[in-house]
Amino acid sequence: MSTDALSNLLLEAALVVYAGAVLAYLAEILLAQGLDRVGVAHGRTLVGAATETSTRARVDPGPVDLDPSLPPAPGRWSERGERAGRLALPLLTLGSGLHLGAVVARGFAAGRAPWGNMFEFAVVGALVAAGVFLVLQRRYEVGYLGVWVSAVVLGVLGFAVTVLYTEAGPLLPALRSTWLVIHVFAAILATGLFTIGAIVSVLYLMAHRLGPVAGRGRLGAYVSRLPDRSALDRLAFRLHAVAFPIWTFAVMAGAIWAQYAWGRYWGWDPKETWAFVSWVAYAAYLHARVTAGWRGRGAAGIALVGYLTMLFNFIGVNIFIPGLHSYAGL
Amino acid sequence: MTSTTVQKHDLMDEDVPIGPPPPRARDLMLWTWRQLTSMRVALVLLFLLAVASVPGSVFPQRRTNPVAVAGYVEAHPDLAPWLDRLSMFDVFGSPWFGAIYLLLFVSLVGCVVPRSFAHARALRARPPAAPQHLTRMRDHRSLDTPQKPEQALDAAAAALRRHRYRIDRTTATLSAERGYLRETGNLFFHVSLLLIIVGAAVGGLFGTRGTVVVLEGAGFTNTVTQYNDIAPGRLVDVADLPPFSLELVDFTATFATEGERRGTADEFVAEVRYRTAPGQPSTDRDIRVNAPLTIGRTDIHLLGHGYAPIFTVTDGAGTVVFSGPVPFLPADGNFLSTGVIKVPDAQPEQLGFSGFFLPTAMIDEQGPRSLFPEALNPAVVINVWKGDLGLDSGRPQSVFQLDTRSMEQVRDDGEFVTALLADGQALDLPDGLGSITYGGYVEWANLQVSSNPGLPILLGGAGLALVSVTLSLFIRRRRIWVRVTPVGAGGSVIEIAGLDRAHGGDLDTELDELAAATARPAGLGTGTKGPDPT
Repeated sequence: MSTDALSNLLLEAALVVYAGAVLAYLAEILLAQGLDRVGVAHGRTLVGAATETSTRARVDPGPVDLDPSLPPAPGRWSERGERAGRLALPLLTLGSGLHLGAVVARGFAAGRAPWGNMFEFAVVGALVAAGVFLVLQRRYEVGYLGVWVSAVVLGVLGFAVTVLYTEAGPLLPALRSTWLVIHVFAAILATGLFTIGAIVSVLYLMAHRLGPVAGRGRLGAYVSRLPDRSALDRLAFRLHAVAFPIWTFAVMAGAIWAQYAWGRYWGWDPKETWAFVSWVAYAAYLHARVTAGWRGRGAAGIALVGYLTMLFNFIGVNIFIPGLHSYAGL
Repeated sequence: MTSTTVQKHDLMDEDVPIGPPPPRARDLMLWTWRQLTSMRVALVLLFLLAVASVPGSVFPQRRTNPVAVAGYVEAHPDLAPWLDRLSMFDVFGSPWFGAIYLLLFVSLVGCVVPRSFAHARALRARPPAAPQHLTRMRDHRSLDTPQKPEQALDAAAAALRRHRYRIDRTTATLSAERGYLRETGNLFFHVSLLLIIVGAAVGGLFGTRGTVVVLEGAGFTNTVTQYNDIAPGRLVDVADLPPFSLELVDFTATFATEGERRGTADEFVAEVRYRTAPGQPSTDRDIRVNAPLTIGRTDIHLLGHGYAPIFTVTDGAGTVVFSGPVPFLPADGNFLSTGVIKVPDAQPEQLGFSGFFLPTAMIDEQGPRSLFPEALNPAVVINVWKGDLGLDSGRPQSVFQLDTRSMEQVRDDGEFVTALLADGQALDLPDGLGSITYGGYVEWANLQVSSNPGLPILLGGAGLALVSVTLSLFIRRRRIWVRVTPVGAGGSVIEIAGLDRAHGGDLDTELDELAAATARPAGLGTGTKGPDPT
């Protein structure tokens, strides 16, 4: 079997396994019980503490508390849901292993760094997002991100395989440069980190909005297991704070390469323009986080605007707007 | 403007009170200045900058693609003049874009300068004195040790020094602070953005950029008249360009011949021979895409290439009035190229030819086409015009277009004269006008010749920005206080408290380690952790 075919096979296997991970995470949430069935008020619980909580809930149903004046308590994972949930992380890990194998095989098939076109960018970007989550998972209690990360990775990979697919092959002369390896990899790395950052920002906004009703219903059971809002805000900030210098570097490396290849470091090409727009948006996020009236929700909103500009730069600019980067397209 | 209270946040934090502007002129100016340098306005300006850039990617821009602008104007005759009035075709050179970034940089300077002074003072100042009740702070430790107070403080100071704290010591307390580099990084990051702007300005004032089409076998001397177009910086004396010259020995483009990528370029190589100055020895070099030639401070990039068919024109009097290669412009991916030949010296009338060059020629019901970009079966298609070329009319003319206003297309028996010519074939013109012979082709390379003395500044600014933004985001600012109180016979009670500017760090670990290190000589435990007040 050729390495190209091997790469495609591994990618399809990764898709299947990722789909399994999404289902497992969803089962954990959907099979969870809302609070209104068993109502013991005991503060917020993190995912890590879920096992203990649910065991207690099973053994000792506790007093059914119908006093509406009490704050809602977290819902519980059901036993079946939990069993499914325990499968999720191993599946996600296996999926990203296969995914990594596919990327490596693709590199051998093409005889170059496997991020030379839009398809490869999406595939490697999804891998970075999965990898960032797995690294976070080792250090922090971020199980609540799993369902989102696995769904986004699955979605991006599915989109890449069905819409963006390009055969492995050599690059156009203009793209044959060490700077491609550096510039594009930095861009992918930052995109992966911004993706996880955007997910955390969405959860922050969700927790903000659903805060008062957390604990009611299945979604409530999920929301009640989110860490408190300031912890989400800090995690989002850390992800963006790591991504921002990498993105800055990606833009600079692009400028150095442009100077080298085209004799001008910056030409307001649409791709450059949108990279600049994203950079400014994320700079605004970092500033908003320390500005009265903008902390919290405002900052999270700006981070999401930044992410939308990243998405537009990847999809909109590559496909709809002609420019010097358009040959990086489909 | 920099708050020294620890609970406040980093970056530019002071908040200007919102309210109506004050009535007195001097107060109004102060008010305006404080608004402009406030974080809220900086945020708004950042937003505006991002939003203002967007039309630059939506509408074609004159600087990068004047042809597309012309096409857009033609397609939208009603809308285009309005867009043009709003500078939508030159967004990044427009007054409103300039106004936004100028305001942003004024705001930045207004913020950075006072903060730099404040930071310079903070760097010289001592860490703040220990609060009276350390155990009332959120993160604290307290422990007993049989050591004398002095020994315990020595141990604590040594441990803190190992962690690069700045320490201020009194008889009974230590105040320690670290993480000054965070603000240093923050300030340098903003300064580096100014450096990048300065670098860009230096490039704009002292740099030059021009393009020149060089035919195989022909040369180029770096003087202003030899350029096809040149954009010298405002402070550049074009009479003083570096005196190098080069010759295009050979140009080769190879294309993929099979698979999905058939017809796309594999490789471009321009072999050049150059001299750094007249009389200097010549050097041979290849210029490729991604591998420019650098002569002194001038970079020569390969931007494009094409074909120049060779023609010989004989006029009605039998005189050879034109002979040589004529660069044609590629018009599609298979290098169907268009061009014109102007022959003002032809007798009895001036002649003009317009035509196509087809590297791999094919004529069918769709008309003349090229099937592949490489010259596998080259041929030209020629149309003939006679009359006044208009070269003396004073109107500016393009070398790639005929001005046919005073010309008429030549007919033979009512049909327009046109012919497909292969190498060596000639077209005899009717009415004794003469003939034109196609005799092969040479290739041409479009070279960009540029120098930009702003580059080192830009590179320095970029490097500084990268390092300093990383410092400003990852250095943690932390204060630690230690107080010892003597108890009993030679022993002491040690109280340690710590304060972070941002939550979520490893303060607990560090306090534990410090407590252990302070108590270690006597081999006591790490003490008790203070209760969490929340």
